[in-house]
Amino acid sequence: MKTIVIGAGVAGLACAVELAERGASVEVLERGTRLGDGCCSWYAGGMLAPWCERVSAPPLIAALGDEGFAWWSEKYPGMVRRGTLVLAQARDSAELTNFARRTERYEWVNADEIAALEPDLAGRFERGLYFKDEGHIDPRAALAALAERVRALGGTISFQTEWPAASVAGDVRVIDCTGLAARGVLTALRGVKGEMLHVQAADLSLSRPIRLLHPRTPVYLVPHGAGHYMIGATMIESDQPTRISARSMLELLGAAYALHPAFGEAQILEIGTGVRPAFPDNLPRLTRHGDALYVNGLYRHGYLAAPALARRAAAFVLEGRTDPEVMH
Amino acid sequence: MLTLYDVTLGSRLLLGTARYPSPEVLIEAVRASGTQVVTVSLRREAAGERAGQGFWSIVRDLGVRVLPNTAGCHSVKEAVTTAHMAREVFGTQWVKLEVIGDDDTLAPDGVALLEAARVLCAEGFEVFPYTTEDLSIAERLCAAGCRVLMPWGSAIGSGRGLNNLFGLKALRARLPEVPLIIDAGIGAPSHAAQALELGFDGVLINTAVSQAADPIGMARAFAQAVVAGREAYQAGLMEPREMAVPSTPRVGTALLR
Repeated sequence: MKTIVIGAGVAGLACAVELAERGASVEVLERGTRLGDGCCSWYAGGMLAPWCERVSAPPLIAALGDEGFAWWSEKYPGMVRRGTLVLAQARDSAELTNFARRTERYEWVNADEIAALEPDLAGRFERGLYFKDEGHIDPRAALAALAERVRALGGTISFQTEWPAASVAGDVRVIDCTGLAARGVLTALRGVKGEMLHVQAADLSLSRPIRLLHPRTPVYLVPHGAGHYMIGATMIESDQPTRISARSMLELLGAAYALHPAFGEAQILEIGTGVRPAFPDNLPRLTRHGDALYVNGLYRHGYLAAPALARRAAAFVLEGRTDPEVMH
Repeated sequence: MLTLYDVTLGSRLLLGTARYPSPEVLIEAVRASGTQVVTVSLRREAAGERAGQGFWSIVRDLGVRVLPNTAGCHSVKEAVTTAHMAREVFGTQWVKLEVIGDDDTLAPDGVALLEAARVLCAEGFEVFPYTTEDLSIAERLCAAGCRVLMPWGSAIGSGRGLNNLFGLKALRARLPEVPLIIDAGIGAPSHAAQALELGFDGVLINTAVSQAADPIGMARAFAQAVVAGREAYQAGLMEPREMAVPSTPRVGTALLR
């Protein structure tokens, strides 16, 4: 029996890879015109940071995320595992203490250790937290790698195709990974808008994601190599992927500038906004509805949680195995 | 019982809805706190497009009274526009009026606050102005038609408790009939208890609960602190003394020196 995966975001492609690797015949349908079109996965940071996320998310996220490292390193050779550095300006140092108190798997680092980890930040911060086991990926390259893997395993990806599709005949199973578009069925879903920037800062060579804590506007930077950085991301309770607000832009750039003034010389490559699909508990769910399995609510944890969810989705679809932690 | 604009409330704890780990935790924290009033901020961008409806419907479904606020507004015009949107979205005359004067301390702009309060009171809004302990601003806000004031304890989100005890006590003494809700700066249940012990009518908490490791447990702790503080105020607190006063009579004990 053929398996139809609807949606070519990170959840859909991870499910498709997992199914195809287990021998299923997979067809991915994507309503957009190309990979990443109209899809919040395209605007993600690509941080694999289960223990930083542990600060504001239940333990399930860290557990799912921890499972993802091996999966990503096997599917996407570009995964980098150099940890995460968490910093705060001197006047916000209480934020570091608060952050540390709520998680694990980190060490405190002083100014010298920060300089050893990121020479460009020498002399700028007195202390920070280093989560050495965390990693990051380039989300767009990772999506492309997953798509390629699906095709290499005999699966197909059809763009500008909506379900139900006339081209698909016969008996099929359906896995729906359409994010906020599934709202008609998953009525508890809501949107959380995120705004982000891509910049080119040729003078800086940071090698790992950096989170700059701030009581009002925490910001992170993810290096994607060759002076290319993603700066993100706001969290606004909103369903519309409207343009970035001036305030958000100021906050994102202000944080980058506070991290290092060389960001003042950076060129802005791209401004992006997307809407994350979230359930009321901000946790992902596998939901059975009719004949379809919905994989949704990945919120700000798409790349982190997708591998673990894809495994569970495949185990359910192919073997009928259920995991009560994520099945609703 | 606490009465705010003719609405009688059983709980003296008001809760903000921002920055919880998830809406589900917010819902549980509101339940645990026993609060009957929650504040909610409208980002004007979202209000204009009905884009925040997912979150706002969660707030509406909490089953408690909603006090929309004008957080993030820096001018009279912004605050008035936001109040209009809030009335439309939440169907209430209540508005917590914030006009920020300084971006670093988030201190209110007394002059603009007063002007916005005059405009909104004249339009029939029931205004809860976020103000300081400044007596003349407070009196003018009352004269403008505000029947509740929300003086700060300390800067928003700072968790520093009641910074200016002298000023806050003077405000309480000057306006004995006006409900005064301490808004901003409360970091610990002991701060909330202290506010109630001083005779303030209630407290509004957000960050101290929403950013706690366990927001639900912290909501419960604040609920108890508010009850303790109010009961202590009504029971009459002892005055501190200069020296020890033994609670056991010394008659009959040997005086050796």
